[in-house]
Amino acid sequence: MLQNDADIIAGIDVEKVRSDFPLLTRKIYGKPLVYFDNAATSQKPTAVLDALEDYYRKYNANVHRGVHSLSQEATEAYEGARRKVAAYINAAYDHEIIFTRGTTESINLVAATFARKFLKEGDVVLISAMEHHSNIVPWQLVCEEKNAKLEVIAINEHGELLMDDFEKKLTDKVKFVSITYVSNSLGTINPVQEIIKRAHAKNIPVLIDAAQAVVHLPIDVQKLDADFLAFSSHKIYGPTGFGILYGKEEWLNKLPPYQGGGEMIKTVTFEKTIYNDLPYKFEAGTPDIAGAIGLGAAIDYINSHGKDNIFKAEEELLEYAMDALTSVKGLRIVGPLTNRVGSISFLLEGFHPFDVGEILDKQGIAVRTGHHCTQPVMDFFCIPGTVRASLSFYNTREEIDKLVKGLEKARMMLG
Amino acid sequence: MTINEAQDEIIEEFAFFPEWMEKYEYIIQLAKDLPLIDGQYKTEANIIKGCQSRVWLHPEFKDGKIFFTADSDALITKGLVAMVVKVLSGQTPKEIADAEIYFIDEIGLRTHLSPTRSNGLLSMLKQMKLYAVAYQAQSLQN
Repeated sequence: MLQNDADIIAGIDVEKVRSDFPLLTRKIYGKPLVYFDNAATSQKPTAVLDALEDYYRKYNANVHRGVHSLSQEATEAYEGARRKVAAYINAAYDHEIIFTRGTTESINLVAATFARKFLKEGDVVLISAMEHHSNIVPWQLVCEEKNAKLEVIAINEHGELLMDDFEKKLTDKVKFVSITYVSNSLGTINPVQEIIKRAHAKNIPVLIDAAQAVVHLPIDVQKLDADFLAFSSHKIYGPTGFGILYGKEEWLNKLPPYQGGGEMIKTVTFEKTIYNDLPYKFEAGTPDIAGAIGLGAAIDYINSHGKDNIFKAEEELLEYAMDALTSVKGLRIVGPLTNRVGSISFLLEGFHPFDVGEILDKQGIAVRTGHHCTQPVMDFFCIPGTVRASLSFYNTREEIDKLVKGLEKARMMLG
Repeated sequence: MTINEAQDEIIEEFAFFPEWMEKYEYIIQLAKDLPLIDGQYKTEANIIKGCQSRVWLHPEFKDGKIFFTADSDALITKGLVAMVVKVLSGQTPKEIADAEIYFIDEIGLRTHLSPTRSNGLLSMLKQMKLYAVAYQAQSLQN
């Protein structure tokens, strides 16, 4: 059976994997859903849904407080999730994992606290031209406040970072570098290890936005030598509203607290508050306990397949998709042709991405259209936006064939 | 034709298209058939900011009525715009300001009016009503 051969890649049986994700059986406008908006959010496996329900049904209690059994069970599961995340990205210590509401909050946390203590007038924060708005605006806010300057590493027409420009802009005035590992709109993989190395040669700390990378590439924060790394649970099969900030112990100790409240304190008097140890210093208030447990379950789920198997299967699927899409008449890929992962941004020449997206939707195919929260990237390419198909390991070759057919139908209707 | 008669007519036309693709083919046809706006009015000032597709809207006040012309860079949006223009153009400011637009919902395109859809249609409707209110105030002053 040809179909079966095609759908078992790197030991991943796609049909079996799909049965783990209940939402994938949905029909849209009477047609089986083809979900290609994984860069926006991934679907959730039953294992994650069960973990969330189990927590609320069986051991819902506040963490780190009560001596009662329920609270201890909840705390154990919550802290267990921290250990799972630490292991997943190979952090040196569990307390280097800070729980946040997502990548956006993680970046805001670092921008606000770093700026408060270390950023001065005339200093420079360096980002790239392909950042998501969430890795632009937090830095703009603090630069404005401190009279510092935000500088941008340029990209070329293939959507690749210009390392010469990086070298040129990495002056002594630069106090922080914040850069995405993988572009959400172009799919470009950036040479972050090299960037970190060059920044560290000048003692400049680096934050890696791993929102897209974490679900497609192996991440080892110690090997990367990243000072900070941020990602969201919902893009890696976990629940929404929950995310991670990894920070080196040394840096997390140097930064002041972000928000004040319960949980982040040791002792409080009206004269002086002593802050709690890491990671709690950055976790004010009752946390998203279910979110942490859900992300923990998502990581267990990934490990049950083996992340290397998943990444390998995705790589082969991406290659198939790139071949199939580049053969579509009038289709232009926006972004690099190689060294990419996840998102494929494209345009059907002569047609507005919004129209193409609408007609794909009516065929049950979910893609994203627009600027993908990277308006500067669209301005660079002088386009109103793109159609973006972003893949996951639960997608099939058959679905990619459907996308190609869907695009042909769109051309016929709009032409 | 009153605003509601025009809306009912569109609802009747769409009753012929039970399939989604047919509805969209019809909307696209509307977009292609109608050169909606004079080039000189396709200005930055007349753009209604939608997130994804741009919409231009130009009002003209003549004989106590408002005549709208409009355009969009996306075909499907342009088709939807054409229908809204057909319904509201040539009516008095009061009628436009008071109008309840129900046809979009009735023909199953309500999602196009959701604020997150960001195709400019909702903003265009709001802008048309704003013009109507402004002309209404102007005529009362005169």
